[in-house]
Amino acid sequence: MSLSRKTAVAGVYEHPTRFAPDKSMHQIMAESIRGALADCGLTIKDVDGIFSAGIGMSMMGIVGLCDYLNLTPNYLDGTNMGGSSFVAHTAHAAAAIHAGLCDVAVIVYGSTAASGRFAIGTGGGLGGGDPCHQYEFPYGPTTVGAYGLVAQRHMHEYGTTSEQLAEIAVTMRHHASMNPAAKYRDPITVDDVLSSRIISSPLHLLDCCIISDGGGALVVTSAERAKDLKKKPAYILGTGETARHAARGQRDFLEIAAHQSGKLAFERAGVTHKDIDMAMIYDSFTITVLTTLENLGFCKRGEGGSFVTGGRLRYDGELPINTDGGGLSSNHPGMRGMFLVIEAVKQLRGECGPRQVKDCQIALCHGTGGELGTRHSGATLILSNQ
Amino acid sequence: MADEKDKKRYAKPLPHIDEENRPWWEAAKRHELYIQKCRDCGDLRHHPRALCTNCMSSNTEWVKCSGKGKIYTFTVTNQNGAAGFRDSLPYVLAWVEIDEGLRILTNIVDCPPAQVKIDQRVEVVFDDVTPEVTLVKFRPAA
Repeated sequence: MSLSRKTAVAGVYEHPTRFAPDKSMHQIMAESIRGALADCGLTIKDVDGIFSAGIGMSMMGIVGLCDYLNLTPNYLDGTNMGGSSFVAHTAHAAAAIHAGLCDVAVIVYGSTAASGRFAIGTGGGLGGGDPCHQYEFPYGPTTVGAYGLVAQRHMHEYGTTSEQLAEIAVTMRHHASMNPAAKYRDPITVDDVLSSRIISSPLHLLDCCIISDGGGALVVTSAERAKDLKKKPAYILGTGETARHAARGQRDFLEIAAHQSGKLAFERAGVTHKDIDMAMIYDSFTITVLTTLENLGFCKRGEGGSFVTGGRLRYDGELPINTDGGGLSSNHPGMRGMFLVIEAVKQLRGECGPRQVKDCQIALCHGTGGELGTRHSGATLILSNQ
Repeated sequence: MADEKDKKRYAKPLPHIDEENRPWWEAAKRHELYIQKCRDCGDLRHHPRALCTNCMSSNTEWVKCSGKGKIYTFTVTNQNGAAGFRDSLPYVLAWVEIDEGLRILTNIVDCPPAQVKIDQRVEVVFDDVTPEVTLVKFRPAA
């Protein structure tokens, strides 16, 4: 049973804030939902499915969110698999809608990561109660470090250079310069990246995403209903999700979740790599982009270093990615999957102004949650305006 | 005196030891490295768990390791604000592949961070961080 083109993202809203010491995460979420509903012409009374995940939400945070919004929906999904959650929620919402379990799903995220001064990348806070954590956090893994482990291995196996990784950060900044809401908009050079301090080798400060406040929301409904709403629907063609971890001590750390989730999404969507007009690739770090492009199959394993250079990833290049400036320059309020879907939908609608990708008909989003060098989730989503 | 006492207190996080993982930690305390092997299918696994992830058998044996291995990958950590770690920067976090074939997350010690390399031969070293807990770390092989 194919879900392809049965459902669509009908409404999107990216909260414009990048620093909101005066707002709670729940206020940012509510404002984002208001924005996404207005975007497609629905109201809060139409919403019968709610999907959310967050940093700082409690174990029953999805119920607390219903309380805050005074919602009594027919479908609740509080799946938290890290930053990729919202890409996965989009897939889950499509399945629930197609199965008749709800009709109008809202997916939402809000965070005050910057004003709350969360040390997301270097807080050393990877410890928890899971069995795996007991063999990790005594040794001081940081989020940056866990990605540094993968970057170092990639450099060792394939001769990938810091200059090649830096080009990803430079491209994202160039895109941010065309996004009025982006947090950092001044151009940077490869030399700027290389001369920024090393946080955890081989990753420099400018290889790392920024920390901002922010939030956003999506409205997903049936393709049938979406056709009658205000904006051009972004049809959900295919999705995939999975997890990668230490695999009982036998993992190849350069094979990441995207390898499996991407394959599933392409198969289910019935499209190929050459059909993709632009991609939103989770850019927690420059290495995340490089390994994700390899694992999604846009280039061969080991060829990511040369693939990301020469302007290929620019909005006017062969494979435009992260046209909003990404987590590296626009916004990264702790979890970023939400913004992958929002920008992809805007590109498919042709709403991106100076950074608009020409003739954009099919877009791919891939979210990574957690740490590539220890364990992570991956979720892939392929959307089309046709 | 209070200051002196604070300095001596071990500030980094400690593992939660329970019945499922106790043999690993007790072996470390004896300065021995043991990993789990499934008695039914022979699959080796780390970290320890009660059931084999290959065949779900509960029939497990603990196998003594040589303590030798090589660095699969590493990162020199220059920034970590967490208690304990912020005072020991820079430090090396690494996945070490032991000769028995499993990869273990650890620290590389007794070596300037700038000299650490992938594929470098290493040997286990046991760090008695508290009277109860000994951490498995590695240093360049002699």
